[in-house]
Amino acid sequence: MPPAIRIEELTKDYAIGFWRKRPYRALDSLSLRIEPGEVFGFLGPNGAGKTTTLKLLMQLVFPTSGRAEILGHPVGDVATRRRIGYLAENPYYYDYLTAEELLDYFAKLFGYSSADRQRRVAHLLDRVGIGAERRLQLRKFSKGMVQRVGIAQALLNDPEVVFFDEPMSGLDPLGRRDVRALILELRDQGRTVFFSSHILADAQALCSRVAVVAGGRLAATGNLNEILAFDVRGWELVMTGVRPDVIDRLQPAPRRVTQISEGRYSLELSTDHPPERTLAELAASGASLVSLNPVHDTLEDYFIKRVAEVESARPRSLEASRAGD
Amino acid sequence: MRVISAIAVSVFRESVRDRVLYNLVLFATLLIGSSFFLGQLTAGQDVKIIKDLGLAATAIFGLFISIFIGIGLVSKEVERRSIYGLLSKPISRPQLILGKYAGLVLTLAVNVTVMTVAIYAVLAYMTWTTPAPIQTAWDAPGVDPALLKALFLIFVELTLITAVALFFSTFSTPMLSAAFTFGLYVVGHFNADLRNFQSVVESKSAATLARLLYHVLPDLSAFDVKTAVVHGLSVPWGYLALTTGYGILYIAVLLVIATLIFSRRDFK
Repeated sequence: MPPAIRIEELTKDYAIGFWRKRPYRALDSLSLRIEPGEVFGFLGPNGAGKTTTLKLLMQLVFPTSGRAEILGHPVGDVATRRRIGYLAENPYYYDYLTAEELLDYFAKLFGYSSADRQRRVAHLLDRVGIGAERRLQLRKFSKGMVQRVGIAQALLNDPEVVFFDEPMSGLDPLGRRDVRALILELRDQGRTVFFSSHILADAQALCSRVAVVAGGRLAATGNLNEILAFDVRGWELVMTGVRPDVIDRLQPAPRRVTQISEGRYSLELSTDHPPERTLAELAASGASLVSLNPVHDTLEDYFIKRVAEVESARPRSLEASRAGD
Repeated sequence: MRVISAIAVSVFRESVRDRVLYNLVLFATLLIGSSFFLGQLTAGQDVKIIKDLGLAATAIFGLFISIFIGIGLVSKEVERRSIYGLLSKPISRPQLILGKYAGLVLTLAVNVTVMTVAIYAVLAYMTWTTPAPIQTAWDAPGVDPALLKALFLIFVELTLITAVALFFSTFSTPMLSAAFTFGLYVVGHFNADLRNFQSVVESKSAATLARLLYHVLPDLSAFDVKTAVVHGLSVPWGYLALTTGYGILYIAVLLVIATLIFSRRDFK
């Protein structure tokens, strides 16, 4: 079985400048392999090359070098598009069409019969929570509602692989929850979901694997659990009924002590010593345990660290590419 | 074919919902209607004025529709990024171009038909109210079927201009495309002068260049048989067929080049 998505050394240069055009490298030798059934998070700060990658996969732009395949076929293969769905970043659709008409139009491009189109359109608009508004022209839609319509149009053909570019953008908390549920539902149906985001909480809640891009380059890729589990930074111990003088006497001293309320403290302990000793000491003085949690590197920390690494390596590589020109 | 017709229908629907189009058609129809009153001011020339004005209004308003909607067809999709959603569907870029073009040709056909009906309605009323002896002084009958020849060639010319607008809009900004298309329209109508340029200038190279331009640029004056028709001169069927063939060939070449450019374009 071919991978759902295979990207090999994909590079994209844009020409910038009005008169004397200079190349600007938006994406630099990206290689990725995404297996069928994965929910893959494509993460990175703004301008990292996420949207460029998605556009290359949809062949909205052509690569400077490298290649990519979707479901074993080169990108740009029109027939493969019957099996994929795509939601662009901040999508825009025709103002003059109603949500129903837009979806019907797109469904026509897949060649579905009239009855089939009606069924699909009604089902999907229900699924994304567009009610009676479906008969309104899209010009009257809010950003979040257009986003929902965009998600619906990406799923019209029951795609095997779904590409979402910033699917949560423009959505309120309720909408975000819906989209999360939808992505998990797609995963349960065995579909592959490739989504880009700069919101790490989404990735944490949804992805089996992630890639982090920064400055057009792949900074890291891997299993989310692995990335996070490797770096346990310490322990967070919350206790109640603690006497302040006991805290001062604790050995080894906690890295940080935060008083939450009268007698209730949060202590941050380093990984050098097991937390049991501190816990026992406090318990002996009459305090009781509220919670004890390992402090992981969050994806946020990981992200910042990786981006910083890539950014620091960046000036050299730019020099190198200039020398190469 | 299914894809192309789906896109064409959507273009037609877009134009029908566009207020600009309504205004243009309404205004043109009003102008044709008002030619009746204008005709009253000139003794004996009334039918000619109605025909002249009617045909000119059809050509000019058709030109506006061709340029403004023709350019918007593709450039609006690119500018507003609705093309991202469209091109992720199982359609090829040439299909997109052809569908858009077909849709606008359909829109133009409907517009030209509406204006044709308006012209004939005014002419029919005119013929009905004019005593028979006066009618004998007219160059051509009031409700003259020959007018259809002129209207048909106007339609072919408009589809050609639409192809020009579409061609420019595949690689240029809307403003520039409008300017280029309008420029080409004007040049196209004076193109015949370029053919005989060597009789006006001495420089051989200038004459050669003019001749080259004559062959590259569309000869739009060929489509203009308004004067002949209004004055009751015959327009042979052979001429009609040849001119239409020329238009179709020119359109085909433009669409092929537009498709080639569009198929290689990055949508940033």
